[in-house]
Amino acid sequence: MGKTLFDKIWDSHVVKSIDDGPNVLYIDRHFIHEVTSPQAFAGIKERGGKVARPDQVVATPDHNIPTIDQHLTIQDELSRLQVETLKKNCEENGITMYGLNHPYNGIVHVVGPELGITQPGMTMVCGDSHTSTHGAFGSIAFGIGTSEVEMALATQCIMQPKPKSMRINIEGELANGVTSKDIILYIIAQISTGGGTGYFVEFAGSAIRSLSMEARMTICNMSIEMGARGGMIAPDETTYEYIKGREFAPKAEKWDKAVAYWKSLCTDDDAVFDKELNYKASDIEPMITYGTNPGMGAKVNSNIPTLDSIEDSSKNTFQKSMDYMGFAAGDKLEGKAIDYVFVGSCTNGRIEDLRQFAAAVKGKKKADSVTAWIVPGSKQVEKQALAEGIKEELEAAGFELRQPGCSACLAMNDDKIPEGKYAVSTSNRNFEGRQGPGSRTLLASPLTAAAAAVTGTIADPRTIFNL
Amino acid sequence: MSIEKFVTVQTTVVPLPIENVDTDQIIPARFLKATTKEGFGDNLFYDWRYEKSGEPKADFVLNNDKYSGSVLVAGKNFGSGSSREHAAWAIAGYGFKAVVSSFFADIFRGNALNNGVLPVIVSEAFLAGLFKSIDADPKAELKIDLQAQTITNVSTGEFESFEINSYKKDCLLNGLDDIDYLLSLKDEIAAYEKQAVKF
Ligand code: SF4
Repeated sequence: MGKTLFDKIWDSHVVKSIDDGPNVLYIDRHFIHEVTSPQAFAGIKERGGKVARPDQVVATPDHNIPTIDQHLTIQDELSRLQVETLKKNCEENGITMYGLNHPYNGIVHVVGPELGITQPGMTMVCGDSHTSTHGAFGSIAFGIGTSEVEMALATQCIMQPKPKSMRINIEGELANGVTSKDIILYIIAQISTGGGTGYFVEFAGSAIRSLSMEARMTICNMSIEMGARGGMIAPDETTYEYIKGREFAPKAEKWDKAVAYWKSLCTDDDAVFDKELNYKASDIEPMITYGTNPGMGAKVNSNIPTLDSIEDSSKNTFQKSMDYMGFAAGDKLEGKAIDYVFVGSCTNGRIEDLRQFAAAVKGKKKADSVTAWIVPGSKQVEKQALAEGIKEELEAAGFELRQPGCSACLAMNDDKIPEGKYAVSTSNRNFEGRQGPGSRTLLASPLTAAAAAVTGTIADPRTIFNL
Repeated sequence: MSIEKFVTVQTTVVPLPIENVDTDQIIPARFLKATTKEGFGDNLFYDWRYEKSGEPKADFVLNNDKYSGSVLVAGKNFGSGSSREHAAWAIAGYGFKAVVSSFFADIFRGNALNNGVLPVIVSEAFLAGLFKSIDADPKAELKIDLQAQTITNVSTGEFESFEINSYKKDCLLNGLDDIDYLLSLKDEIAAYEKQAVKF
């Protein structure tokens, strides 16, 4: 029987397998940031050990950093302490860190790919669930807890049971105004936030193949929102093209060797998955979430489900969510007033997302009732946005480009949505309080966010922008 | 370093019959700024547990004297969302030894195990029965025997066996952690690296 892409990479990284237990898995690249690493470094120190392979670890502070005035010291004392602790730990252990104001600083999952650190066939971890983003390159990448960060720092290995395999095929062509964010929101709405639990997912099919690397990353990024351990997409010409020439990409004859190896990274025709799902691209329309988990999503031009369509055992939880959102079951989504728009995060903070948003709002004006935060995912994205004139385009439409970081995605810095306010957000989580205590998040694509930004309401980008 | 050994518990429980409890609820992001593992228990379920003024919310279960015990019983899909181990530290820090649900998110489950907190997966029917027993009597007890891999609703006598791989079971029973084990594999890891694909 043939092997899946996942099997090929996983099996070649098993250092040891324990009977009725986890595998000892070798990790090629380990990303760290300020929030989930301090306790891991402290643990290593306590044991009297040291970081095993500092060359395979890369650090960038992102969660806590401000998105204005980055040249000043961080005002919040605890945030500053975390960022300084990361710096100190990296210095003590010989780990490369792209600190605040470094030209390579940014959200860890934006930085890895754009520097060419992320490559097909690798195993990659980070103490952050959206590490799944890197799977877009045909690598096995997943989020880990701090105990595992400590394991990976101390031994370059972690212990994991091998997950089950799932393939999700999406065939056909996406309609205008429909983006990869809509694909993933659609899938999560179909299978729920627990539908992928226990699985590692390969995304395949003609609709996936036609996507850019940026768009693929958005899909793999949110595979965690369906509960999956991670998502991946087999590498192809689009992948090689993206990696080629980047700072840490293999060069010269190494490049040829690498591509030859990467070409072997695909699922064999006769490989069997534990589960397989099929969707048609033509069924997918612009999506938005209306509840307090990413599975509570609907077509932007539809209604919130009615209470009788919800299973009895889930009715309480559903109602609690509606109360929090200030919505009622059955409500029409289009036309509801919103207060904030956030474009950014490791889901949709890449250059393509900014381009898409800027192109959509060009010639229009931000609605007066809307506060908008447009936050590039990294310094490099910011630089490119400046070079391409995106900043001016945004400003002409009444928007301001902030400095890079996680920002309002999880509101650990000052970018918090106030209590009770509605934010159409291109990030990945709409949990209660995710964007600040009492904040109400509606997840959507950059295009749907643009439609909300210029109308001040939930709106269908196809109608607003004549797509 | 090691984790606390898991011994058989028989205890009253804290019920949280809500589905999809995510890690942002277990420990909101603004409490993740610490650089040590201490003190997270005080902020467990903070936004559900406290008013903005800091006053405890009377209707939240942790503030209700009727309920106590070292096991949390929660609705399905517990711990979804972020990989923050702070969620497991908060649960352990509060004093919970185990969490019972019909479904757990993967990363949370691993993080809990790495901190000596046992996630016990039960059937939907068993979970519903448990919530019913607690409803009828807040002092209803639950017994978890890790060695035998059984969980018993003491009020009704109903019991189920639960799954855990023998490696993790052994770690919990003996208070061992993965890091010591991995450190002992130094030579095997070095041998692996010699034959690995590199460019
Ligand atoms: S942008 Fe959001 S999801 Fe991504 S790493 Fe930062 S906090 Fe996590």
